[in-house]
Amino acid sequence: MSGWRHPTLGAVDRARPLAFDFDGQALSGFAGDTLASALLAGGPRILGRSFKYHRPRGLWGMGGEEPNAILDVTIDGQTTPNLRATTEGLRDGMALRSVNAAPDAARDRFGIMDIAHRFLPAGFYYKTFMALGWMRWEPMIRRMAGLGRLDGTHHPPAETPSINATCDVLVIGAGPAGLAAARAAATEGRSVWLVDEAVQPGGSLRWRGGDIDGAPWPDFVADTCAAVHSAGGRILTDTVLWGAFDHGLYAAWERRSDRPDRHWRLRAQDVVLAAGAIERPLWFANNDLPGVMSSEAALHYLHLYGGVAGRCIVLACANDAPYATAAALAQAGCQVTLVDARRDTPTAPDGVHLLRGARVDRAHGLREVGAVSVEGQYIDCDTVLVSGGFTPSVHLHCQAGGKLDFDPATDALIPRAGTASIRTAGAANGAFGLTTALAQGHVAGGGSGPAPRATTPDWTLSPMRPVPGTKGRVWIDPQNDVTLKDVRIAAQEGYRSVEHLKRYTTLGMATDQGRSANFAGLAAMAALTGQTIPETGTTTYRPPFTPVPLSVIGGMRRGEAFSPPKRLPLEGQHRAIGAQFREYGGWLRPAHYGSDEASAQQTEARIARQVAGLYDASPLGKIEVLGPDAAALLDFCGYVRMSTLKPGRARYGFMLSETGIVHDDGVVLRLAEDHFVVSASSSHVTSVRLILEEARQDTFNPASVFLHDVTAHWVTMTVSGPAARALIAGAGIDLPDLPHMGVSETTWQGHPMRVARISFTGDASWEMSVPARHGAALFATLDAARQTHGAVWIGLEALMLLRAEKGYILIGKDTDGITMPHDLGWGGPRDKRADEYFGRRSLFTPEARRPDRRQLVGLETTGTPLPTGAHVLAADGPRRSVGFVTSSYHSPTLGRPIALAMIEAGRDRIGQEVTVFHLGETVSARISAACAFDPEGERLNG
Amino acid sequence: MQQFPCPFCGLRDETEFHFGAEAGKHRPEPAPDVSDADWADYLYGTDAPKGAAREVWVHLTCGEFFVMTRDTVTRAVLGADALPGRNI
Repeated sequence: MSGWRHPTLGAVDRARPLAFDFDGQALSGFAGDTLASALLAGGPRILGRSFKYHRPRGLWGMGGEEPNAILDVTIDGQTTPNLRATTEGLRDGMALRSVNAAPDAARDRFGIMDIAHRFLPAGFYYKTFMALGWMRWEPMIRRMAGLGRLDGTHHPPAETPSINATCDVLVIGAGPAGLAAARAAATEGRSVWLVDEAVQPGGSLRWRGGDIDGAPWPDFVADTCAAVHSAGGRILTDTVLWGAFDHGLYAAWERRSDRPDRHWRLRAQDVVLAAGAIERPLWFANNDLPGVMSSEAALHYLHLYGGVAGRCIVLACANDAPYATAAALAQAGCQVTLVDARRDTPTAPDGVHLLRGARVDRAHGLREVGAVSVEGQYIDCDTVLVSGGFTPSVHLHCQAGGKLDFDPATDALIPRAGTASIRTAGAANGAFGLTTALAQGHVAGGGSGPAPRATTPDWTLSPMRPVPGTKGRVWIDPQNDVTLKDVRIAAQEGYRSVEHLKRYTTLGMATDQGRSANFAGLAAMAALTGQTIPETGTTTYRPPFTPVPLSVIGGMRRGEAFSPPKRLPLEGQHRAIGAQFREYGGWLRPAHYGSDEASAQQTEARIARQVAGLYDASPLGKIEVLGPDAAALLDFCGYVRMSTLKPGRARYGFMLSETGIVHDDGVVLRLAEDHFVVSASSSHVTSVRLILEEARQDTFNPASVFLHDVTAHWVTMTVSGPAARALIAGAGIDLPDLPHMGVSETTWQGHPMRVARISFTGDASWEMSVPARHGAALFATLDAARQTHGAVWIGLEALMLLRAEKGYILIGKDTDGITMPHDLGWGGPRDKRADEYFGRRSLFTPEARRPDRRQLVGLETTGTPLPTGAHVLAADGPRRSVGFVTSSYHSPTLGRPIALAMIEAGRDRIGQEVTVFHLGETVSARISAACAFDPEGERLNG
Repeated sequence: MQQFPCPFCGLRDETEFHFGAEAGKHRPEPAPDVSDADWADYLYGTDAPKGAAREVWVHLTCGEFFVMTRDTVTRAVLGADALPGRNI
């Protein structure tokens, strides 16, 4: 431990100490600390072990770029793995645990891996473990690597709402450039959303300070915030703008400490990227030792938290930025040696020893840094701060499709103007000086008049690059343990593209996405291959910018809300009488009444045949087709002609797709010459409506036929069975005299009621539909009559059994993606219709004419019902499947199993004995007609 | 997420839309006069152009079909028109 807490500096609340522990060691910090600042000011140096070599690692940075200080954090008994210490606020009672370390970061037993480093170069795992079969080695390797441990008992609540929002100008980053852009746009009267990762706006002003337009910087921030608010804008702090997507969609994760987080989906007319820049390390030997840290981060911790990185500090750089750090640390009482690679430097700050034209060659220390060699000279120190230049944060520009240009002046890749629908300003654009950043922000925000001005002089810098051939181990990507040697090996093995370099060495593939590493990696590659940096190129930038919890992206769409089912208006009534609900085709419907499914299904089906059964048929589609062309539209879209239907009657038919495949079946009611209702099956209403709608708009005169889906407007109650008519009469409902497939519009208790005599059970049935608001009354009336008559409510399971006894099919269960209507025994329209209809031509292809197409039949057997999906084997010749069981039940009425099946040329085989195969077992069955019960249909007349 | 312009409702999220078909295809009929090959081409043959593509989409929330021209490379929307005779 070398860091310490300055007695006065920083904005932490010293009156509120917070207790926490790290790897079991009790520590304390203050309210306002991040985990990183508390650990820096009063914790151990070694915060974790590296991914591959298990090297000790300490704090590097100050934000999402942090590669080393990754911790498992336990609070309130719940552990969240892999949080960056730099971006998490400290809370009282937190338990922090280092990752990649056993038993802990200080005493990791896999530290021995580092000794074997020369045998573990890039590509080692690919080459070594493939030979003997990766699967054998994977468990062991996974135990040794892999960062944090998941707490399997922690289920984060699904409470993050996803909110769509729009604004005139979205400004990403509330540093000097972002503030200038926001102020300029807001002054023009535009609504501005200003988004920043930090808990307060200000960016680098917060630790670098400065005067703007002659006033202290907080005035500028306050002015800007006031301007944004008064123009109807919004300022989101502690918010990560994590991705840019198609057509200008931006996703932001807003973290809130005492309330659920929020996930924003933002669209703006204009977007300004002012995300700043990230400091690069320097590339001397052992540059990954704990105690080697970003210079800018040290200044950040000093001014915001009073956290001082060390006491005896060497600061290595080749640019002007760290001079402020050196001055501030010297003033805080540190002994500071500034090692600047340039000969021509600014003057040394007070109390700082400046070495000009010198470089650090190597850091020394076993577990943390204790000295450095500068040009061969040994300098004792406890902390090494480095600044190898700055990498503009161009991620969102690139995610939005933008290209980059290499700028020699800043030795950085900066956005090429006009290549993305996003403007970049400030350090993200390579403008590292305060005045330039303010000016660029002002222009990007569409400002008129003079830009805000500062007096801070702009910086100069001299490019620093990793030097191939540097002695010792030089880390390029500390998080994935990629060294300069690994880049050299990749070059030697012939990899030229950075995309290949990345995949071979894993450079930049860790959770920090190589923020501080990628430029050095590609610069080293360029040097090794003799290419320029533009020739070498960059890897692709993809969302997310920083790791975002899946619970944020998933939001509230979890569990039942993942794909919400449609619900019956009378769900409560069904539940009150014991209904067990299940999803059928997107609808939550009663599966059975009472707790035991198997016995309930049998009982309900038996009583429905003996007395009567009632069920809620409300999900049945009700698409109204109106107008003079209604009949023609239905003729074209349907397989069975409906223009020949008389008003007051209903007809069963199919809807095909243009490929001739059965898409849906159902009954069409004709209420009047120009008024039909299509009863699509409950799961197909949307697609049937679309098929009708497309034909209406594209083929017919849309002014002559209208469609209206009123499925949800009506409650439909069906009563079926021998006692159905008596039950309905007993309920006081005056039934019109209807033949089978008759329809009538009548009234009940003064409200409209539609009665259709349509049967899905094979027994005489009456479907009674009333406007949904009168459904409860109809339910109560029928339920009272049900009890008097000894009838039952039947769930979907019993209904499925009853329809299967009759050979009535369910599309998608008894049919599949190749079933045509003539396979189901409905060849009539195919043979007779001479007019055009949807899917017609497909019914006459060679495939459609094959004599061995699978056809719908029944299967008779004894004992237990056949398993659904069991295969029917060919009677002779080689053993092969000629079809399969599609529906199978025990029929309580017939006292034997029944089944439906699709079997090749099945109708020609009726009466044949076949073998049914399932999971290695066979039983015999006899092919029969699909209808097993009341084949003459006499019960329909009951 | 992309945004598509419904000619009747304006810009809406892509989740409100459903792809219909490649635009400009003519349904060959009557069926007895159509060869197997022509029918197969109608069903399954698509131009799938690189660049500007004309497609029929439906805006599910208003139910209107329309023709949208999209660049299949850049995903830019180049235009959206109501079906012939359907202009408001």
